[in-house]
Amino acid sequence: MGRLKLFLPLLLFIPLGLLLMKGLQLDPQELPSALLDKPLPAFSLPALGDPGKVLTRDDIVGTKSLINVWATWCPTCRAEHPALVALARERGVRIIGLNYKDERAAALGWLARLGDPYALNIFDAEGRLGLDLGVYGAPETFVVDSAGVIRYKHVGVIDEKVWQENLLPVFEEIQ
Amino acid sequence: MSNRTAFRPLTGLALLLLLWSPLLRAVIETYDFATEEQRQRYHHFVEELRCPKCQNQNLSGSNSAIAEDLRRELHRLLLEGRSDEEIVDFMVSRYGEFILYRPPLDRHTLVLWAFPGVLLLIGVVVGVLLLRRRAVPGAGDEVGDAEVHRRAAQLLDHYRKEQS
Repeated sequence: MGRLKLFLPLLLFIPLGLLLMKGLQLDPQELPSALLDKPLPAFSLPALGDPGKVLTRDDIVGTKSLINVWATWCPTCRAEHPALVALARERGVRIIGLNYKDERAAALGWLARLGDPYALNIFDAEGRLGLDLGVYGAPETFVVDSAGVIRYKHVGVIDEKVWQENLLPVFEEIQ
Repeated sequence: MSNRTAFRPLTGLALLLLLWSPLLRAVIETYDFATEEQRQRYHHFVEELRCPKCQNQNLSGSNSAIAEDLRRELHRLLLEGRSDEEIVDFMVSRYGEFILYRPPLDRHTLVLWAFPGVLLLIGVVVGVLLLRRRAVPGAGDEVGDAEVHRRAAQLLDHYRKEQS
């Protein structure tokens, strides 16, 4: 019995080690969206390409879509842009752009230069809709079903791997 | 070298830092409030709410764009006369409980709140057990005062002999 007691610290250490190892593998930057399975918030914002045109929630709802938060000041957005163009052109995914805290001229220039994967582009200069969506940086991408319910949120760059592993399964499952 | 000469550069440095400090604080924008109470609540919230972009900074400590936006929203909500609960709900419904430095006690956060207490309890139990064992006379390797004195005298004796 006395001998066995010597193993007690080891027995305590093993679960602790496993717990901490799990902690190392988690990404602390990744926050679960508070809006998961909640309806898209209502908004009324101008279109990026046409300041006179007002876009609302109704322009998004009806078809399942990705909502991609992007800006020209965001280098990661630049990195993921080709992947978005490919998704829209080759796979016919409907991508709504949320141009977040950006300048209109710069954003339009970017789209003219790099291609425009967006079905619509919402111009959110002050980040009001971004705030309602719980956006805390760019890029962020939401998967929204045809009823306008947020089904998934991805923070960070989208590439082929992220699309295949994280977004596509959700996107195929929803209506 | 006297203390006075060493003191002077330090005084200069202190003065420089004093002059510098208003500039450092200027990154936080200033807001006007209708009442002193609103101002105090603002300062309470910027300390208690966590910046969602930064891992461990509150709203007052961060100059990231999102922290700036949230301070602006907080100011707006306060001027609109929202209650503390409404403000917390507003933040949590958008950014989740991550934004609260003091998450409420519920099923998900029970471990977080209870664990320090449990650890303390374990510590107290272990401590009491150790103390009790020590209190039993003659237990373990413990030796009495007389024995300690005897050994000390022996050592001293030995030492003196070597010296002479």
